[in-house]
Amino acid sequence: MTSPGGSPEQAFTVAEFNELVKAILEGSFDALWIRGEVTNFKAHGNGHWYFTLRDKTAQLSCVVWARDVKRLPAAPDEGMQVMARGRLSVYPARGQMQFMITSLEAEGEGLWRKQFEQTRAALEKDGLLDPARKRAIPLFPRTVAVVTSADGAALHDVVSVIQRRNPLVNVVVVPAAVQGETAPDSLVAAIERVGRWGGADVVIVGRGGGSREDLWAFNDERVARAIAACPVPTISAVGHEVDFSIADLVADLRAATPSAAAEAAVPVLAELQQAVRSLGGTVRGATLRRVRDAAVLLRQRARDLSVRARRATELRRARVQNASGRLEALSPLGTLARGYAVAKGADGRALGRAAAFTPGMPFDLQLHDGLVRAETRDVQPSVVSPISR
Amino acid sequence: MSFETSLNRLEQIATSLDRDDLSLEQSLALFEEGIAQLKEANAALTQAEGRVGQLVEQVDGVLEVRE
Repeated sequence: MTSPGGSPEQAFTVAEFNELVKAILEGSFDALWIRGEVTNFKAHGNGHWYFTLRDKTAQLSCVVWARDVKRLPAAPDEGMQVMARGRLSVYPARGQMQFMITSLEAEGEGLWRKQFEQTRAALEKDGLLDPARKRAIPLFPRTVAVVTSADGAALHDVVSVIQRRNPLVNVVVVPAAVQGETAPDSLVAAIERVGRWGGADVVIVGRGGGSREDLWAFNDERVARAIAACPVPTISAVGHEVDFSIADLVADLRAATPSAAAEAAVPVLAELQQAVRSLGGTVRGATLRRVRDAAVLLRQRARDLSVRARRATELRRARVQNASGRLEALSPLGTLARGYAVAKGADGRALGRAAAFTPGMPFDLQLHDGLVRAETRDVQPSVVSPISR
Repeated sequence: MSFETSLNRLEQIATSLDRDDLSLEQSLALFEEGIAQLKEANAALTQAEGRVGQLVEQVDGVLEVRE
């Protein structure tokens, strides 16, 4: 008896043979890594990727199923050197073997970097990376929301830093998965909740340090767009040492760690109190100085006024004296004072001419210090007036 | 009014009071306002201790903070 396929009578059907090959080959290899160059890459409409891995002398058909595509950062470029991990499979219907890839890494950071740049370009195109979009973090937030894992070290760090710096600030935790496949959706939902709630003055989105894969959710475009759309000012806090994340580019402020984010979000209470005290001192001091200046000015003005009033009074007094001097000089009383007398008739009018007298006529002599009653004895008019004008 | 608004206004007032082109009346009005702002700012700094809570979304979509 010959073995199957050993004679024309025992020939395999094609299906039988292919199934046999499939069973043998697929059973012979565990998941393994293969290195090669990507060529003939095609992303199908159904979400699967097809391409060929090759080197100088050989090639191998490869597929990445849609569910695995979702986990890969980006499609490989044509000609890119990659390491692919997968399982060998045989497709009996076509008699072909195919490498089913579940993870793919480019030399260096190729694929991650490529994905990063694609996301950055998409956000930039929509203007979400514009520095002018960045909002100021409020000086003194009453309530800080923290989007992070509920059980991570990041949350503990943020809460303890905030309480140490400023015990008046409320902290509201908005739990989210920060790594793994669910992380992007979970982060997006949490960030949207913060906006919908509306009770926070600032939101910290982040997690502690981890591997590049662990942090990858913070490079997710949806997460970035949720951060950009958040109505509350955002601080990114992804604990990476040197690199930055897409979330950092979109957030209003980037902090290197959750602790640093908490410090950036919350001012030290004692410093605020000091600032208010100092401003109060400035306002009081400046006002006091102005009042004092005004008082000095007032005294100065009062002095000026009294000096001027005195000078004006003296001036007037001098004028009055001057006028009265001149008046005196003109007054008949002045003349009388020098020893002259005026003769007055019974009616009190001055008798200025000899012709006004008749012998025996009584008249008065007005002197400067009194009146003398007199009587005319004789009248002798002069030929020539002794006083000619 | 927020603490930040009070503080900003206080800074403006302090700067204005240091200028020379203000009348005494203007200065006194600014001073009065400054004292009111100081009260506001100090009130914000002496409020009750903050709390730590968790934002919880209920089935009906209502969000509330639980301690």
